[in-house]
Amino acid sequence: MQYSAFQIFKQTLRGHVGWKPTWRSPDPKPQYDYIIVGGGGHGLATAYYLAKKYHGVNIAVFEKGWLGGGNVGRNTTIIRSNYLLDANEPFYEYSMKLWEGLEQELNYNAMISQRGIINLFHTDPQRDAFVRRGNAMRLHGADAVLLSQEALRKKCPFLNFDNARFPVLGGLWQPRGGTARHDAVAWGYARGADQHGVDIIQNCEVTGFLIRDGVCTGVETTRGQIRAKKIGVAVAGSSSRVMAKAGMRLPIESHVLQAFVSEGLKPIIPGVITFGAGHFYVSQSNKGGLVFGGDIDGYNTYAQRGNLPVVEDVCEGGVALMPMIGRARLLRMWGGCVDMSMDGSPIIDKTHIEGLYFNGGWCYGGFKATPASGVAFAHLLATDAPHDTAKAYRFDRFSRGFLIDEKGVGAQPNLH
Amino acid sequence: MIIIHPLLGPRDAQEFTYLGDASLIHRPDPEADNVAGTFYEYLYQRDNIAGEHRELWFHEQGDRSWLVIKRNTLTHDILSVELASDVARREGRSK
Repeated sequence: MQYSAFQIFKQTLRGHVGWKPTWRSPDPKPQYDYIIVGGGGHGLATAYYLAKKYHGVNIAVFEKGWLGGGNVGRNTTIIRSNYLLDANEPFYEYSMKLWEGLEQELNYNAMISQRGIINLFHTDPQRDAFVRRGNAMRLHGADAVLLSQEALRKKCPFLNFDNARFPVLGGLWQPRGGTARHDAVAWGYARGADQHGVDIIQNCEVTGFLIRDGVCTGVETTRGQIRAKKIGVAVAGSSSRVMAKAGMRLPIESHVLQAFVSEGLKPIIPGVITFGAGHFYVSQSNKGGLVFGGDIDGYNTYAQRGNLPVVEDVCEGGVALMPMIGRARLLRMWGGCVDMSMDGSPIIDKTHIEGLYFNGGWCYGGFKATPASGVAFAHLLATDAPHDTAKAYRFDRFSRGFLIDEKGVGAQPNLH
Repeated sequence: MIIIHPLLGPRDAQEFTYLGDASLIHRPDPEADNVAGTFYEYLYQRDNIAGEHRELWFHEQGDRSWLVIKRNTLTHDILSVELASDVARREGRSK
């Protein structure tokens, strides 16, 4: 069913009894061409682009819980492409372009709002680094504007500009950055994939892989064995657990990242603002709540909840940057379990097992990558060759020494 | 999380910094053959266990001791705490 203003009008006259479920709930078939493990943003986007581009193929998505119950529903909804390195920026800018056309593509309101993202700088060397980053972004076709302190004072008069320790000197602004409705992204891709014939099987856990002589021919699930020619795993947060079932160890640790929402307030925060001296980033949702977060807790966990020291740290960062939010009350907080890769960059690659493909290691930057990750993983699954924008996201970059060290601090699993 | 330090008693986890899997105690022999392979495994590859995980914590804001803590990564329950030096000696490291 195509969604439109006319459709709303028509259904209103009929008392809203004509709406259909957004996607089917089919029983799994015994065999598919492609199986995607993981019904989050990346898995659903992969299935959608695979089904759309390669007609007549049988695709199933297996999800342990319900759609969008993992990290796609737990992030802080920021979309941006403000990266420095050649390995990253083209990929994230491609993703940004896909975001810009996503609602038309999916005929689904994902509430994409390009209200801009501002990364603040607090020292002269940090400004120089941001100038370099802005130039790198523009060289790859993205947009970047260096804001002076005066320009920033007009946009965000509430910042603590004259902080004695970390004065706000200006910011790097990406006007095309912004936010999207994270659940709607999952639902929109699910609906699009379903319309192209993808079977979305919820509440069905993949418990093992059928591997013989180095070839993967299917999966064991809680609803029996399902065969497939190619299997793609997109379960960031639980990547090590799932790939261990195929006997693989990954260059990944699982950590928890916490996020927070305040009570609803009148519009005050223009776009997304990130603190350059502490770890704090904030935007304001359409309902008025301040959505913010900070650093990971810093220890291995799969618990999807964090501890209080990081809560305190994030709130201290927020109050240091914008003292006015000290009066806002915290409404909710939650944690998401993220794949922290050893260089802070993702992996979209074949494994050494034929027919088994992997997408993960997104650290805490996976949401903004959802559309490009879907296209790149679909391309890899269909053609066995990496997508043009994702050529660097290989498993072997660690053993070969070609790390994608966006932060410039060496290999450790606490980057983003 | 409260960590029961073997020498200092209960301490807040905030006083500690985290390094990761306790297997990092055993640095590969840099003189051995295939040293690129063994150091690749040591530096980058992790078991990343869901469940009981042995891991290294450093008491940075305390007595600066290294601890080996067994902790459940699904529940955050701490099951045992030992001095890393004791563990390392027991597992055959000379110092």
